[in-house]
Amino acid sequence: MTQTAERPDLEQSGSTKRRLVVVGNGMSGARAIEEILARGGGEQFSITVFGDEPYGNYNRILLSEVLANPVGETVDDDEGELFLNPRAWYDENGIDLHAGVRIVRIDRHARVVLGDDGSVTPYDVLVLATGSRSFFPPMEGMWKTDTELTPGVFGFRSLDDAQAMLKYVRGKSSAVVIGGGLLGLEAAAGLQAHGLAVHVVHPTEVLMNQQLEAEASKVLRSKLEDMGMHMHLGVKTSEILTESGRVSGVRFTDGSTLDCDTVVVTAGIRPNIGLAMVSGLETQRAIVVDDRMRSVDDDAIFVVGECAQHRGEVYGVVGPLWEQAGVLADVVTGANPDAEYHGSRLATKLKVAGVDVAQMGVKTPERSSDEFVQFSETGRGVYQTVVIRDGTLIGATLVGDISKAAALTQAFDSRSALPEERVKLLFDLGSAGDDTSAADLPDDTQICNCNGVSKGDLVACVHDGAETVSACMAATRAGKGCGSCKGLVKEVVEAALGGEGAEDPADSYYVPGIPLDKPTLMAEIRARGLTSVSSVFAELAPDGTEHVGSKMGLTALLRMMWPDDFVDERDGRFINDRVHANIQRDGTFSVVPRMSGGVTSPEQLRRIADVAEKHDIPMVKLTGGQRIDLLGVPKEKLQEVWADLDMPSGWAYGKSFRTVKTCVGTDFCRFGLGDSTQLGIDIEERCKGIEGPAKMKLAVSGCPRNCAESMVKDVGLVAVGGQEDGRHCQWQIYVGGAAGATIRKGDVLATVDSHEEAMTITGRFLQYYRENANWLERTYDFVPRMGLDHLIGVIVDDTEGIAAELDARMQEAVDRYVDPWAADQTESTPGQFHDALPLVPLPQVPVR
Amino acid sequence: MSGVEARLGPVDQVPLGEGRAFLVGDEPVAVFRPRGGGLYALRAICPHRGGPLADGLTDDEVVMCPLHNHQFSLADGSCGTGADGVAAYTASEEDGELVVRLG
Repeated sequence: MTQTAERPDLEQSGSTKRRLVVVGNGMSGARAIEEILARGGGEQFSITVFGDEPYGNYNRILLSEVLANPVGETVDDDEGELFLNPRAWYDENGIDLHAGVRIVRIDRHARVVLGDDGSVTPYDVLVLATGSRSFFPPMEGMWKTDTELTPGVFGFRSLDDAQAMLKYVRGKSSAVVIGGGLLGLEAAAGLQAHGLAVHVVHPTEVLMNQQLEAEASKVLRSKLEDMGMHMHLGVKTSEILTESGRVSGVRFTDGSTLDCDTVVVTAGIRPNIGLAMVSGLETQRAIVVDDRMRSVDDDAIFVVGECAQHRGEVYGVVGPLWEQAGVLADVVTGANPDAEYHGSRLATKLKVAGVDVAQMGVKTPERSSDEFVQFSETGRGVYQTVVIRDGTLIGATLVGDISKAAALTQAFDSRSALPEERVKLLFDLGSAGDDTSAADLPDDTQICNCNGVSKGDLVACVHDGAETVSACMAATRAGKGCGSCKGLVKEVVEAALGGEGAEDPADSYYVPGIPLDKPTLMAEIRARGLTSVSSVFAELAPDGTEHVGSKMGLTALLRMMWPDDFVDERDGRFINDRVHANIQRDGTFSVVPRMSGGVTSPEQLRRIADVAEKHDIPMVKLTGGQRIDLLGVPKEKLQEVWADLDMPSGWAYGKSFRTVKTCVGTDFCRFGLGDSTQLGIDIEERCKGIEGPAKMKLAVSGCPRNCAESMVKDVGLVAVGGQEDGRHCQWQIYVGGAAGATIRKGDVLATVDSHEEAMTITGRFLQYYRENANWLERTYDFVPRMGLDHLIGVIVDDTEGIAAELDARMQEAVDRYVDPWAADQTESTPGQFHDALPLVPLPQVPVR
Repeated sequence: MSGVEARLGPVDQVPLGEGRAFLVGDEPVAVFRPRGGGLYALRAICPHRGGPLADGLTDDEVVMCPLHNHQFSLADGSCGTGADGVAAYTASEEDGELVVRLG
């Protein structure tokens, strides 16, 4: 055995442990060591690592971020993210790191590696993780000397490359990137971020041709061009032009030239196989390995990463590298001596210059029987394809929108069954219930996520004798949380009942305690002149019995029907409506003052701040409806808080008109077409506190950029085609949108010409909704149930001749409005604001 | 706790159809006065997540917790919606005054 006098520590530990030497300290070398340590390799081996870059190992994937750094900022060890393992990590794990030492030869007979510093290091197991390097195509002007690039020419592969480039580009104006693959585009984006005009030169028409086919590439190209990158495709560079020793431009093979002061060469990578070649290991494109990741020539030498060629494949992305390192560690440590690597199916997800790209498997159909689904929305820069063979996903490409990447990757990896309607792979169509038949779901599938009810629970309920959907819902409380699972609950129960879909007449009742649907109920109430909840129960409920779950709905209905004559029985109200605040989980309440259109003032903010301080409000939070929420107010302090605020109620607690979210419209926004802020304020001031079957959230956007998200509101208005003065635009009125438990894009009810008309149609729609929607039926269910054509007919074209009545009844409600906070400054009932849990510690909500 | 009795003042502190909370000894008690008649007392704290039962909507049979809508029988505190039951006490009117007995 060769002695290593300069490393007595190694010799010492070598007496008890086998010696593991790793050549290469990039991501794959480090990963292999981590995997070995994770399998107890630290006990078996004394580990020595050689890396010819003088750093601990770092994450090459983040190199483009280094490039995006401010110029001249140096890389230091406390960045944490870039360096996968800091030098301390090597010390902690007893690893002997020789950064900056290049191994020049392996003496396989003596089992030693020879370093360029003259060192001789013995091994029992050797791991080669030499990675790859930039490929510099032969070209006039590229090199200053045999080993030194012309000043201004860079590769983009190592930390040194990135940092040298960073230093150099200060004050430079233009760069040519040779090679439009992934690395090239990342380099281009980095340089562009430093203010350089960037030209990408690529020999084919297809950017990123390793990952993308032509159409996908086109979409990516136009996105990059939109960002200001210049593309020169189907063009080759023949020469790098220099002036007094520095880069001054490039010449293309057609003889044309382009001035630039920086050239980055990203024309591909080449595995580093020189060491293996001189040491007599079989190399082709890379070092050839068997399924155990060993060199085919030498069982003591393992190879991992970009320098390994396995079954003809050389991988350049991290996924396969992780798998290889795992197999290698299994074999080296004996954790699983029979572990085998069988190649990787590639699924990559990247951000190329800010554009999301995901790709897996094949790029295009390869056989005539392959199915190919293609979706292209070039305006938005989205392109998606899937390739299916024999019912299995074998490839997918997503550019611009990769939201389905996780689901596709799962289908790709598991080779699982695909939906019959292939387009569902790319889009969510309809509710969850559409995708899978309820009968096929496993019993432990959670159906109701709010109350934790599984399919099995519902089925058991049916077996125990429940005969209707509502009986199962009552017994399990499935669908009683946010309600978004109701459709699925219905399907599961109906399937369990034998598919007969037991018709439950109760489903059509406005409230469960009165066996009448809403129109009949209203007709009865009107005919009998019932103005109180208790009189409705007495006259219309079976045996005149009260029903707890029906009171709130009846209260809302009667208030709407009898604006003047309603007999207000406070026990018919939910606690929120009794005390005009929203109950929280610890029994305290939230207070949200009205802030119409989301517009406030310094004076108002100061007052809110004073109130929050005075009353020790535990949390002050902005709401999604552009207001301010004071949370954690005890019931007995509500009146005092309202008085101190001296602002009107925002009704953030009721089944009522809530807010109008607005954008800044024409006041300040340079794109505004209509005065959305004023219209929002006007609608909110008019409709404030109007009660209905469910809450109503509105929005007004001043242009089709739709910053107030009008398309997903109960009523959303969008200014279109306006003029400068902001009062003469048109307003598109969307109804039935939602973006909560349910997502639904609203339907266009009307496009109107004026602010006033917009107010009228909005009010008329809301009144029609109040009068016709079922209890707790949001507009996103109401609009499709009634049908858009019907709604347009009644509300816009007045086909039923009731438009004027609707307007009048809405106006009546508006005229009767009373601010509940002001009205209830004195108690309406005894003990209205008394604490409901006297002297008992509440389940405390933590104070931030 | 059993045997404790408290006279809590006028019955009309509890509005018709609503509930109010009182302390009887150390026990928080919610007293209900349904429109259909009678007086009922339950431990004031929902066994599910600690909700304030006195703030709940009621009918002649049950109170519904305002936090998660679990329903408890006014007569015996049993839960009809799958949560644990809650202790039920005796409430009565004596000379216009509300009287609650524990146990």
